[in-house]
Amino acid sequence: MAITETDAVIIGAGPCGLFAVFELGMLNAQCHLIDILDKPGGQCAELYPDKPIYDIPAIPSLTGKELTDNLLEQTAPFNPVFHLNTRADALEAMDDGRWKLTTSTGDEFITRAVVIAAGGGSFNPRKLPLAEAGRYVDGKGLSYAVRDAQAFSGKRVVIAGGGDSAVDWAVALTGRAAHVTLVHRRSEFRAAPATLAKLQSLMEAGQIDVQVGTILALHGEDHLQSVELNTPAGAIQLPCDELLAFYGLVASLEEVSSFGLTMRNGRVAVDTSNFETSLPGVYAIGDITDYPGKLKLILSGFHEAALMAHHAIQRIHPQARNTFQHSTTAMQLRLGKEKTTC
Amino acid sequence: MLITVVDQQGQAHQVETQDGTASNLMELIADANINIRAECAGGCVCATCHVYIEESALPLLPPPAEDEECTLDLAYHVRANSRLACQIPVTNLPAGINVVIAPDWQ
Ligand SMILES: Cc1cc2nc3c(=O)[nH]c(=O)nc-3n(C[C@H](O)[C@H](O)[C@H](O)COP(=O)(O)OP(=O)(O)OC[C@H]3O[C@@H](n4cnc5c(N)ncnc54)[C@H](O)[C@@H]3O)c2cc1C
Ligand code: FES
Repeated sequence: MAITETDAVIIGAGPCGLFAVFELGMLNAQCHLIDILDKPGGQCAELYPDKPIYDIPAIPSLTGKELTDNLLEQTAPFNPVFHLNTRADALEAMDDGRWKLTTSTGDEFITRAVVIAAGGGSFNPRKLPLAEAGRYVDGKGLSYAVRDAQAFSGKRVVIAGGGDSAVDWAVALTGRAAHVTLVHRRSEFRAAPATLAKLQSLMEAGQIDVQVGTILALHGEDHLQSVELNTPAGAIQLPCDELLAFYGLVASLEEVSSFGLTMRNGRVAVDTSNFETSLPGVYAIGDITDYPGKLKLILSGFHEAALMAHHAIQRIHPQARNTFQHSTTAMQLRLGKEKTTC
Repeated sequence: MLITVVDQQGQAHQVETQDGTASNLMELIADANINIRAECAGGCVCATCHVYIEESALPLLPPPAEDEECTLDLAYHVRANSRLACQIPVTNLPAGINVVIAPDWQ
């Protein structure tokens, strides 16, 4: 458990959280970012990395991944510290006016400015909508992510899903597990070409079974023992010690809703002159906010980040002069570029 | 022109397809104040607008693109008549069809 004191903590490393690093960095504030995902970029990186975005001013078109990569490059001079695979859980006011933020890893951040850039909420694996599913989580046979591949050694593993995670793990666990069956609603999978080729060769060698079907029910007393599937040939029972279900992610607003902020239509209410929430020193920008006229656009979030930073800096460095500088001037110093002559 | 939409509680609603400004079936359902999660607002990435289309109407609709198939992979209880409502243009909806909102999410 670590305790970190820093100028600003940003919850969410989506495009708006990333741009907040730039705006705060220009004003000499050091930022730590927390995101539950294993990579920065929020929706752009997770939901649509290969789809084009056409409405970023002055960039006619770029993909979600390109936008993320560009933002990372743009913020690199400010040395942001990323805490990935980490969920921001609780926010507590301290006696000296600062905030203490506690994460799922037990770490604590002490700061004068908290920036909530949580988008639609924290991304979590989509759970199986079966009444009995809850009985088998926490080591009883059903998982939504692989924490330790060792746990699957010698087990009969069923992997459900048709995307990258399902195919990658089916291939990776073959050999380690006693047996791997990949269950998917159709026979087409979406994954990297090299992994698909590997899957094909493992199937041909009889090392992985692919079963077309959907999960109907889970069975087993204290631990999962079999999975009941609906297949084109009718219902079947598949013996199973460990089921890995990969059905993408859903966003949850549970943590942000627990911070004690005034909400508006299920989102965080803000003062649009500075993007401060109902709690002094706690700001919100991007998709997580709601105010009259709010548009859930990346460009709106960028604008919100700029207004937020110029207010937050007065809390972070109350003695410093809050000068307005154009990036043309401010970044010259940062990047160590020579002054351009006219 | 009316269609029938059955919500997650099993209640049937008659929905007029021509009156409003909805461009796709997901928006049409949402505009009629019937609960449909549609988390990505029609971006074809979330599968929370999963519906079952009356079998006989399926051949009358444009077939799903690969993008829609891949996103349907994220849904549960997928059947042969599963579609993503946000990918079905209102102009293609045959009169009188029955649409059931899938029970994937609550
Ligand atoms: C298919 C699709 C296409 C789109 N196209 C466009 C477009 O063309 N133009 C446009 O402007 N916008 C577009 N958008 C919308 C755009 O992606 C969002 O407006 C933008 O991603 C919002 O950025 P954000 O930083 O506010 O939040 P997000 O991108 O949602 O990022 C928030 C991050 O915060 C994390 N988080 C939340 N809570 C916690 C917590 N408690 N602890 C740790 N981490 C947490 C989440 O895991 C997530 O990674 C599109 C969206 C989709 C789905
Ligand atoms: S609304 Fe997200 S896929 Fe249709």
